[in-house]
Amino acid sequence: MASINKAVLDLKRLDLLANNDSGIHRLDARAKVLVTCVFILCVVSYDRYELAALFPFFIFPAVLIALADLPPLFIAKKIALLCPFVLVVGIFNPLFDREVLVNLGPLAISGGWISFASILVRSILTVGAAFILVGVTGFTAVCQALERLGMPQVFAVQLLFLYRYIFVLSEEGSRASRARELRSCGKKGLGIRSFSSLIGHLLLRTWQRAERIHMAMLARGFTGRFHAYRQSSFGKKELLFVLGWSTLFILLRFNNASQLLGTVVTGIFS
Amino acid sequence: MSHHIVEVKNLQHIYSDGTAALKDVSFIITHGESVGIIGANGAGKSTLLQHLNGSLEPTGGSIHIGHTPLSKGTLPDIRRTVGMVFQDPDDQLFMPTVFDDVAFGPLNLGYSPADVEQRVSEVLELVSAGHLRDKPPYHLSGGEKKRVAIATVLSMSPDILVMDEPTNGLDPFARRQLMALMRDFEHTRIFTSHDLDMVMELCDRVIVLHEGEVRADGPAEDIFSNDKLLAECRLEKPLSMQGCPVCGGGPARAPKPRSPHHHHHPHS
Repeated sequence: MASINKAVLDLKRLDLLANNDSGIHRLDARAKVLVTCVFILCVVSYDRYELAALFPFFIFPAVLIALADLPPLFIAKKIALLCPFVLVVGIFNPLFDREVLVNLGPLAISGGWISFASILVRSILTVGAAFILVGVTGFTAVCQALERLGMPQVFAVQLLFLYRYIFVLSEEGSRASRARELRSCGKKGLGIRSFSSLIGHLLLRTWQRAERIHMAMLARGFTGRFHAYRQSSFGKKELLFVLGWSTLFILLRFNNASQLLGTVVTGIFS
Repeated sequence: MSHHIVEVKNLQHIYSDGTAALKDVSFIITHGESVGIIGANGAGKSTLLQHLNGSLEPTGGSIHIGHTPLSKGTLPDIRRTVGMVFQDPDDQLFMPTVFDDVAFGPLNLGYSPADVEQRVSEVLELVSAGHLRDKPPYHLSGGEKKRVAIATVLSMSPDILVMDEPTNGLDPFARRQLMALMRDFEHTRIFTSHDLDMVMELCDRVIVLHEGEVRADGPAEDIFSNDKLLAECRLEKPLSMQGCPVCGGGPARAPKPRSPHHHHHPHS
């Protein structure tokens, strides 16, 4: 449970980053959400053997981290946490897909390895972009932006509640787990059985809390509708931000920039 | 201002599992009174409070808030009149930021954005939490959470304030801060608490619940000097009325004189 606690602390830190003040932070959340969506769509739309053309896309996270003054190491660590999952997804590609695609001198590289690398790079790009989005916008603002972009309010509210109570729930969970650990005296305790009842209790307590929260909402005149208060405007800056980045992504998507650069460089030297 | 009267008549509540939490509770609380409801664990305090704004439906008896009977049709109005501060502020602060949380009630009441803005600023200033307005509730300390939870209720301008264990889990300074805040309110105030010193300081009147019934109802000093009654209801005198722990001498404070009389220890 210690690791869960740490993950929650990291989540809080990511959220606190959103309180920084920079040109990127001040942009309307909708602009950032839109650009991130276009970015992710472009990155995932490539053919599965594409690798070289993905690298120019690193310019987006790099520029945003620099402009918004985010801690690059922290973001990198967050992305590294997801790597095991990506490895599981991609690890069988080299085994099944053994057709040689590239020959680097004596070294023959199979299509499997290339698609594996492609999956890895894509994950780093997309997950990184999502983390950066939260880091420069804040989870709440992302939800509100999604809602204003047309996501049904029910989903937005669900996401917000999830985010609000993940802290409370994880604290409750880690307390219960610590209590179990202390009383099992370093041994296994009752093994998996004690965990199942622990989780059951956690569920019941969550249920009761949900009821109390609902009561608190009713007590303050809740009628089933959330009223948006904050009005931020989608101005010239936002439009420029969206158009600029989207154009770049689409250009990169349809022209292999790495290859272009390669041709230029080899052209100079030949 | 008949709005501020709370009248509970033969209130009875039996939970669906058969537990009779309230057997027969009656009292009238009038405008501007500050009343402490005390009693052992399981005496029915929380159940009683949940009836006051219609969160629970009585099994028997009736409740009137300002001569309006509590019923389905009058609920919205009564919930605005009776501001309820929950025991656990985490239950009450569910919005992403302090500002959103305090604005939740006024927005539901249909106030205009400018009014909401002004009201939120006012109540946050009142509970000295103005600097917290853009923070998410999970970044606050216990005392801050409690003050913000009170602000969320005050922003709806209730006539009656109901608080469940307000000083629970606060450090001594935060407790004093909260008590000073509550003393200044002009609302009708109803507290439940095990913090008997707080009840002694803030409440003129005390209602003692025992096993779902009103066991005693009277001026705080009378109740707290009745040793027999307190022992029977699993209570005791507030610490400020008990003997000094160092020299065993008389109470640090006599029952009523509100200005604390300082008790020195020449031998310490």
